[in-house]
Amino acid sequence: MTTPEPLAEVRDLHVRFVGRENTVHAVNGVSFTVNPGKVLCILGESGSGKSVTLRALMRLLPVQAKIEGTVRAAGRDVLALRGKALRDLRGGEVSMIFQEPMTALDPVYTIGQQIGETVRRHTGCDRAKAWARALELLELVRIPSAERRLDAYPHELSGGLRQRAMIAMALSCDPRLLLADEPTTALDATVQIQVLILLRKIQRELGMGMIFVTHDLGVAAEIADTVAVMYAGRIVESGPVGRILAAPLHPYTAGLLASTVHGQPRDRDIDAIPGSPPDMRRLPRGCAFAPRCSRRREGCLATVPPEHYPEPGRMAACIAIEKHAEDTLLVHG
Amino acid sequence: MTRYILQRILYAIPIAFGVSVVCFSLVYLAPGDPLQTILPPDATAETIEIVKKAYGFDKPLPIQFAIWLSKVVTGDFGMSIATRRPVFDEIVMAVGNTGMLVVFAIPLAFSIGFSMGLLAGCFPGKVVDRSVTGIAVFGVSLPNYWLAIVMVIVFAVELSWLPATGMGPKGSDAFSVWRWSDARFLVLPVITLSMIPIGIIARTTRAAIAETRNQDFVQTLRAKGLGEMAVIRHVVKNALPGVLAVMGLQFGYLLGGSILVETVFTWPGSGFLLSKAIVNRDVPVLQGTILVLAVAFVTINLVVDLLQSLIDPRIRRG
Ligand SMILES: Nc1ncnc2c1ncn2[C@@H]1O[C@H](COP(=O)(O)OP(=O)(O)OP(=O)(O)O)[C@@H](O)[C@H]1O
Ligand SMILES: [Mg+2]
Repeated sequence: MTTPEPLAEVRDLHVRFVGRENTVHAVNGVSFTVNPGKVLCILGESGSGKSVTLRALMRLLPVQAKIEGTVRAAGRDVLALRGKALRDLRGGEVSMIFQEPMTALDPVYTIGQQIGETVRRHTGCDRAKAWARALELLELVRIPSAERRLDAYPHELSGGLRQRAMIAMALSCDPRLLLADEPTTALDATVQIQVLILLRKIQRELGMGMIFVTHDLGVAAEIADTVAVMYAGRIVESGPVGRILAAPLHPYTAGLLASTVHGQPRDRDIDAIPGSPPDMRRLPRGCAFAPRCSRRREGCLATVPPEHYPEPGRMAACIAIEKHAEDTLLVHG
Repeated sequence: MTRYILQRILYAIPIAFGVSVVCFSLVYLAPGDPLQTILPPDATAETIEIVKKAYGFDKPLPIQFAIWLSKVVTGDFGMSIATRRPVFDEIVMAVGNTGMLVVFAIPLAFSIGFSMGLLAGCFPGKVVDRSVTGIAVFGVSLPNYWLAIVMVIVFAVELSWLPATGMGPKGSDAFSVWRWSDARFLVLPVITLSMIPIGIIARTTRAAIAETRNQDFVQTLRAKGLGEMAVIRHVVKNALPGVLAVMGLQFGYLLGGSILVETVFTWPGSGFLLSKAIVNRDVPVLQGTILVLAVAFVTINLVVDLLQSLIDPRIRRG
């Protein structure tokens, strides 16, 4: 069996925002791969570098961002692409859905114009064809009375419909890789579920690969094949979703889980871990989570913890892992 | 949309009415008695009565207003006290002359100011941005009568490229922009008048563009694979309503004429007419000119409103 070429491959990605006074180390050595037809969920609390990682895949970062490492998407070396080649990738083979459907759409153009523009940009077809395609897309994302909605401006749609329109736009050129940055966070709970189910369904039907950023474990459980948990710009644990949710290895993942799975209110999940995330301008030398960690021991602050692979497809970066992994795997395994 | 347009037009009517009330009240708000200027100092009580009757000053105020307004809407603003000519003719000539400057100054100022602001807003913090901001501040803070004088000294006196003052040998009545021998008289005043609007529009445009470029949707546009030109097109459309509002105001100010600039260039425009009317206590001229300018202002704002709502659908709801 030959392994297919991964759709997205990130190796040792570093992103720094170099400012006049200080430098923000937003992403510090992130690696992952996404295969065609699979969904990777990136989990982590606010500021852990999820969005920056995602944007790096399309090079959608401001000029002051210094990007290092390897980023391959849809078979291209993204960091080496220039000008038109990069723009062909964006919205063509890789597209992105944003968190805030209200502000992510241009308020002075209609939905139809905005989708049509994307279609025309990548296929070069005429307006009538682009319009027909836009209509088809709105129907694909199940927007009721799609024909009429083509002429609507973003402010005339509800949040859920707006996000569906955003999804339609992202799908307009049959991307192979879909990047979704908390696409349901800004929506009401019931709408959230609908949009989530729709996204998963479309992803399966079209066979796209997807990277889905969220800080909601429930959402991850619903949609992911694999999960990567980020903390302070690093992936601290990754692996198949079922295994991670059943038997978390890293104390941070365990902390996240402990607060959500056992029936506590969702909005309190961050509070469950004492302390707050580190200052990304001055990261500690060792494990960034150590100051908040209940299993902290000597050596945690000395060096960045190495990656452990306790079972196939799983990774956890914690020096307490070897001992702990055995225990956990014995219990849950 | 049609409803919105009608609504805006209906709103403009009470504003225009309010403006006319203010203009009418000018006669009574202004210190002193307008009759003094027409009457000889030794006029008898009888003469005063006759003149009062002739000008309608003996009737109650609301009646005076109604009579005045009913004449005004037909273009009859009465007679100028100073020149004994119909106020209407004076206004047509003066506003027309200023309008001639404005017709050239506005496209000049709008295109230069907007392009400068667009460039600066696209490269915030860069050299272009700082130079544009510098030029804009310079343009806004230069006293324009001073600039007018310097222009006259440089281009008329020293270099003799352009005429210094006036509207040409045949004056205002025979002036034609289509003849270069006349049109050359426009050059210096037009440039002088453009300076302030250029500065103000450049600054407004820069701010609006820079702010719009930071909005979330711009990232979506890039994520769609649009090129920089297409992105700018979206940004400009979003930034335009704010810029249009300022352009409308500048248009209005220019139409009012600059007393100082028109004085330096002896250009018989609305600023010139107003200053003359003030000096002569020529209340009918003052009333008429202010009313015409105010109505023009209201109309310009109405047009700006409608343009804004055409560009930004969110405005239509308000
Ligand atoms: N343009 C920028 N300039 C400077 N710092 C930035 C910039 N964009 C992001 N950062 C910083 O990078 C870090 C990671 O940000 P990122 O947006 O990736 O977090 P996130 O995990 O997506 O959080 P959230 O859940 O709130 O979306 C943060 O500390 C943030 O302040
Ligand atoms: Mg984010």
